[in-house]
Amino acid sequence: MNELAEAVPWLGSRNPKAARAFVLALMLIAPLIAVMAGNTWVRILDFALLYVMLALGLNLVVGFAGLLDLGYIAFYAVGAYTWAFLASPHFGLHLPFWMVLPLGAFFAAIAGLILGAPVLRLRGDYLAIVTLGFGEIVRIFMNNLNHPINITNGPQGINMLDSLHLFGWDISRNLQITESFRINSLVLYYYVFLLFVVGSVYVIRRLQVSRIGRGWAAIRDDELAAKAIGINTRNMKLLAFSMGATFGGVAGGLFGAFQGFVSPESFSLMESIAVLTMVVFGGMGNLGGVIVGAVALSLLPELLRSFALPVQEAIFGHVLLDPEVLRMLLLSLAMILMMLLRPAGLLPAHARYSKPELATAGKGKA
Amino acid sequence: MPTDIKTPVLQLKNVQIAYGQIQAVKGIDLELYSGELVCLIGANGAGKTTTLNAISGTLPIRAGELMFGGNNIAQLPAHLRLRQGLALVPEGRGIFTRLTVEENLRMGAYTRSDRDGIEADLERVYTMLPRVKERLAQVAGTLSGGEQQMVAIGRALLSRPKLLLLDEPSMGLAPLVVEKIFEVIQTVVQEGMTILLVEQNANLALEFASRGYVMDGGRITLSGTGAALLADPKVRSAYLGEEETA
Repeated sequence: MNELAEAVPWLGSRNPKAARAFVLALMLIAPLIAVMAGNTWVRILDFALLYVMLALGLNLVVGFAGLLDLGYIAFYAVGAYTWAFLASPHFGLHLPFWMVLPLGAFFAAIAGLILGAPVLRLRGDYLAIVTLGFGEIVRIFMNNLNHPINITNGPQGINMLDSLHLFGWDISRNLQITESFRINSLVLYYYVFLLFVVGSVYVIRRLQVSRIGRGWAAIRDDELAAKAIGINTRNMKLLAFSMGATFGGVAGGLFGAFQGFVSPESFSLMESIAVLTMVVFGGMGNLGGVIVGAVALSLLPELLRSFALPVQEAIFGHVLLDPEVLRMLLLSLAMILMMLLRPAGLLPAHARYSKPELATAGKGKA
Repeated sequence: MPTDIKTPVLQLKNVQIAYGQIQAVKGIDLELYSGELVCLIGANGAGKTTTLNAISGTLPIRAGELMFGGNNIAQLPAHLRLRQGLALVPEGRGIFTRLTVEENLRMGAYTRSDRDGIEADLERVYTMLPRVKERLAQVAGTLSGGEQQMVAIGRALLSRPKLLLLDEPSMGLAPLVVEKIFEVIQTVVQEGMTILLVEQNANLALEFASRGYVMDGGRITLSGTGAALLADPKVRSAYLGEEETA
């Protein structure tokens, strides 16, 4: 719960209760405000929540266990394609979500083990390169497995995925409450995703303070010392990869259901980098920071897109910089500023039992 | 002096260790009896740390026997060796820099689940290391080198080891601080701990140790009581910077 208060730094330190209530209220009414600005904005919020789930999962690997993973989006792809295989006309299977989603998570976890096993001895840059390769391998497989047997339908992707049916209730239909009042399906998706995010935060929070979480923290700080205090570093690292992947798999399944369509191009290297940027930008190892980072970095480019064009036209009379170019430019600028001003992220992680004043006092001396 | 001559706590028989093609340790024999402080000295690259890492299980041995408490543990992975009572304080201290001092110490008891025992051992470590107790809530990475070394020793003690392996506890520390560390080591020995100490600071190590081994080029070239080695002209010339007087 402290993460909620931290998300609004000024209020959070003065009145944590009010800050918490503010963040909760904002989370609940955000889609209702967005829907006034148009459905596009609700869709953007939905995607933001998917990114939050991805960032939370990646944070498990990068932030908790200290294993740099540049191919994380592959697990998202595994989850999404599991949904596509088991709940679409492609193979004619239409399994319910409570089977498909866990299966997607399971396959992603297996993929995590497959990635984890060969890279156990690698660290830092080397690990990053191999995981990057893994992400690309998965994408290229998705792209080319339409021949000789058509499994993934290649670059065209798979269409008409089943939407999310919660106990016979189709989330993708607008909910008609009275003649004149109905709830947009995008808003419904928002709340469903929010539930998943809250569930993920709860699970990850418990993991972090558990024996497993402490083991990861030890490996992150010093692997030899971790071995020396009796931690089975091999199993712990494999566990980090597969558990991180699990969250990616769940998010991928939800993405498939929400989008109704999957294709390899959604799982490019840029997406992996984007998720990693969210984790680093928000504050590696700090759940609140990671969430803020994911929301901020998925909303900012969209805000930019909708303001940059009219502003440029008003000033120069024509568009000088394409919003897509501007986006990369500003993201890079944001990262550079971040590294200079707050190298540990917007909301840095802190040692668990330490009193805040000691933790900040210690930083200066280091 | 070794008082218990029955069975050694730790015994290395013709142990060989290699990094790929390069033979770093070329067959050494070494014994450690209960309650002893034994030091392993030698120049850089003699194979001291390699030997220690092989004993703790972070490096595999190529040949030979590694007997601990009567069993050959050569094939046992590192985390299981700790459960048998072998604790390593790695070279360069190996502190968990982003955790607090208390968390670091508690990490030492990672494999244990006896809550009362852990709390009692924590208290014991606090009385042994009063400096550490003052800084429990501090992030360990912000401690001085000497304090970090003390935390590392305290952490190793929390696994309740039968044998403590210390790798260069004096590395990078000021002489005054080194003395403090050796005082701590002596206290630990007085409490009945068996210690194998790897040191570059041969003079100090031999002064405190009951016995010593001298390593050179992957072999043990000399061994004896601390006092005898300190007096040995070859040791004096090679490691204590004195001219050999023939």
